[in-house]
Amino acid sequence: MSALVPDVALPAAPQRGRRSSVRTWRWSDRLVLLAAWGAGLTLCAVTAAIVLYMGYRGVQYLRPALLFSRPQVSQGQAGSGGFLDPLLGTALLTVIGIPIAAPLAICCALWIVEYGQGGRVRRSLTRVVESSIEIVAGTPDIVIALFGLAIFQLHVLSFVSFVGEGGGVYGRSFLAAGTMMSLIALPPLFVATRDGLLAVPAHMREAAYALGKTRIATIRRVLLPSVRSNIATGVTLGVSRIIADTAIVIVLLGDELRLAPQGGAPGLGLLRGTGSTLTSYVFDNSPAGEGDAPQKAYAAAFVLMLFVLLLNLAVERIARAHASSGGSVAVTGVV
Amino acid sequence: MERLRAPWSDHRAGLVLGAVALLACLSVLLMIVFVAARAWPTFAHNGLAWLGPSGNLTTQVENTLATSTDPPPSAFHVRVWPILYGTLLVTALALALALPLAVLAAVFIVELAPAALRRALVPVVRLLASVPSVIYGLIGVLVLVPFVGGHLITASERTSLQSTVQLTGAGLVVAVVVLAVMIAPIMVALVCDALAAVPAAWREGAAALGVNRVRAIRAVTLHAVRPAIVAAAVLATARALGEAIMISMVSGSVFFSPRPGDGVAFFFEPLRTFASTIVDYHEGLGAPALSSMLYACALMLLLSAFVLSVGGYFIKLPLRRYQVRG
Amino acid sequence: MRDVHNRYKLYCVNLYREELTLKTIVRTPQMTVERTPGIAHTPRDWQPTPPVPTVQPAPPAPTVQPAPTVQPAPPVQPAPPVRTIVLDRDPEPVRPPEQREAVRRALEGAGPERLRLRDVAVAYGAKVAVRSVSLSIHQGEVLALIGPSGCGKTTLLRTLNRLTELTPSATRSGRILLDGHDIHELEDTALRARVAMVFQQPNPFPMSIFDNVAFALREQSRRRPRRAELEPLVIDALRRAGLYEEVKDDLHRPALRLSGGQQQRLCIARAIAPRPEVLLMDEPCSALDPISTGIIEELIHELRRELAVVIVTHNLAQAHRVADKVAFMYLGDLVEYGPARQVFEEPRAPRTRDYVRGAFG
Repeated sequence: MSALVPDVALPAAPQRGRRSSVRTWRWSDRLVLLAAWGAGLTLCAVTAAIVLYMGYRGVQYLRPALLFSRPQVSQGQAGSGGFLDPLLGTALLTVIGIPIAAPLAICCALWIVEYGQGGRVRRSLTRVVESSIEIVAGTPDIVIALFGLAIFQLHVLSFVSFVGEGGGVYGRSFLAAGTMMSLIALPPLFVATRDGLLAVPAHMREAAYALGKTRIATIRRVLLPSVRSNIATGVTLGVSRIIADTAIVIVLLGDELRLAPQGGAPGLGLLRGTGSTLTSYVFDNSPAGEGDAPQKAYAAAFVLMLFVLLLNLAVERIARAHASSGGSVAVTGVV
Repeated sequence: MERLRAPWSDHRAGLVLGAVALLACLSVLLMIVFVAARAWPTFAHNGLAWLGPSGNLTTQVENTLATSTDPPPSAFHVRVWPILYGTLLVTALALALALPLAVLAAVFIVELAPAALRRALVPVVRLLASVPSVIYGLIGVLVLVPFVGGHLITASERTSLQSTVQLTGAGLVVAVVVLAVMIAPIMVALVCDALAAVPAAWREGAAALGVNRVRAIRAVTLHAVRPAIVAAAVLATARALGEAIMISMVSGSVFFSPRPGDGVAFFFEPLRTFASTIVDYHEGLGAPALSSMLYACALMLLLSAFVLSVGGYFIKLPLRRYQVRG
Repeated sequence: MRDVHNRYKLYCVNLYREELTLKTIVRTPQMTVERTPGIAHTPRDWQPTPPVPTVQPAPPAPTVQPAPTVQPAPPVQPAPPVRTIVLDRDPEPVRPPEQREAVRRALEGAGPERLRLRDVAVAYGAKVAVRSVSLSIHQGEVLALIGPSGCGKTTLLRTLNRLTELTPSATRSGRILLDGHDIHELEDTALRARVAMVFQQPNPFPMSIFDNVAFALREQSRRRPRRAELEPLVIDALRRAGLYEEVKDDLHRPALRLSGGQQQRLCIARAIAPRPEVLLMDEPCSALDPISTGIIEELIHELRRELAVVIVTHNLAQAHRVADKVAFMYLGDLVEYGPARQVFEEPRAPRTRDYVRGAFG
């Protein structure tokens, strides 16, 4: 604000001086620039192609009647009949899988962050737990499916499914598949909760301790409420992994397209029975399965994509809401 | 009941939480034990020669299917070299296709894209990573396979190989392309995170030394994220090895080792991988001999994941020499 | 003098770990403390001071003049504590000021003009950072930009090699001429090959020392030079930066393992390797200890023979030691510009006088 020098008039828009022209670059640099642009645009193009093609086919073949009618009893699906049962099957698996995975993941994360940081024994136990969850995250779903079959074909666990004639345990049911789905949903939940707990600032814990609260009370009253959005993110990611999984469904839910409860009890019978989900319905109706109803497959795949899109949007919404309120949610959504 | 309702001490709560946490480790242990136990009969009868080539694998597998209870030792005889070869081939080609693409796309997103495009691309990558594999398989089998079978395979190639294998379009090239599209988003996300974490001081320093943008990216930024690229490649390979449904849908499901000597037809020949074998024969899991062989395939997948992570660690070791400590 | 070994036992109560640990801290400083007797330097040495006996007035002298009784001497009041700290080793010899003055006079006005600024103004969005600055920078002399924090020194420096363009909202006006050519007409890579910069925090790349210094040489040329061609240039740059003797045994060590002062000298070597014409330094010694600072100031003194050096510093003492010309900036305005002796000893503007005397800063 010096009176000696008059105020200067600056241009409104930023000017750029002369940039280094591409002509002076080495050939490999130009190639890399071109390749980077090409790769980025290819990524956009591929995604657009997938989404638009599925949308086109889905709009072409999806009728509301399909959503509410049950599949035909015979294996061929070319006639009438929809996919209500597969939709119910997907919902059932989610309802079984998440309540098993969520407490497991939250307890693991809590133990690691609160109790597992002191002392050499505890720290090595922490490393063991984290490595196991990483191994579970990296295991192919088909291996988890075979593991589920091996476990649930033990006679001890025959209550989960039913015992066929000849004495062999069938081993396939919604309960079995749901339990294995919880293993699939465990890693995203664990990672989200653990990152959220690590991001809680130290002064919040210290304030609670200074007021005389025990550690378990701090966890219950202070920490868990503050990582609510992280848990929500983790649950959403876990749900999207569960509904997208096919291998476990195919191995652990049998070949029936309709829900087939086992035994008399109404709720437990449904859980012990077999059925199908959207993913196995798509698989069975494609040329890889019995394969004579690609239209039904497209319709079911379109519904599946819609669910995945909605869940992705939900994850973003949660992340944005939490970030605007001053927290930090790391969303990788990949593991 | 009163004692349970009273507030728990920290010590008890710690024990309970720790027990639950150890459940997670227990599940991994149980997984290895059960899969290995069920896979043992195959290895007991075949030994390590199980992985070698010999005889017609299709007839061998039919043989294992035939017997249902108490099979004779001859029922266990399989040689899975075509499966091993198919797995390695598909995974290596998909990685070779996807890794450069993913790294370049990540560089584009973080460094070169205009701001509006960058904001749009981040959710796009996340969406691609969460698309179910059965949808990739559906598009592959309903769009790509007819395209390859109808337009890319010439009649002469078909007749020349008629005696050995049918070329239907479902084969190596479709499997590799779709698998590359599936594993690329994982790598893009990881490398993007690593590129964004490169300190701005290095970028400024490189700019102040008078190198153009691409040079600065190549010489400094990419140099600094090499460990992240290795980690991304390891993760993507693990995903590619475990992909069962999509490969089963598009790869032709024939026990065949594609022969490079066949020229262009090499890319159209069908194959099978460990994971897709399990999916293809999952109905036969009641037959003990076949079930044992499928569990042996699952054990191979488990072992490969372990080998990958150890290998990745050793590859990253020399790369860390010049990085910041800690 | 005796060496001081102090042991303090502290009981640490760690709330989180709920355990009591007994920690023993041993302090063996490398300095020795001269002790003044009677002064308690540590709690252990504390002795209660003996009570000061009151001095009785002398009894009235009897007619016979006996020898006056000797009063007990009052206790010596302890002198104010004097603690002189003696370093265990001698500091590096620094060239005495008279010699530097002689060299300075010999080089005064020796070089051609390298950079000329004409009415340069820079703004970030709506906030004006630099207001109408006109300067001239010659080879063979060091220009120090001084001023309190936030007055636009760093912005002006970064404008000289167009690094402000990395910030999206930066606008500028005025002309900057490098050897008569407008720098905005030059390509930015060509400009930065001739005007090099050293930053406040040392930022060596995560490569070996050799690769760091050879970086500019490799990447600025069209075709990739071979190792044999690079090696003498790298060694020469390290010598000019005063780092060669310390790292010559292994040039392929990771650069991030060097100490802070060595890293900053490595950054200087990296900047001067391609033989730039102007060297811009943005508070290069603010993150370093005094010994490294001294070494780098010596370096600047020698480098200015072949380059023009512009150094931004908020440390007036450093400007005093290093500068030939000084430009004082305040809130974006160039308040005073002239030879160092004149600005420090006979400043023309009252605000300069206030600043160099420490009235604000």
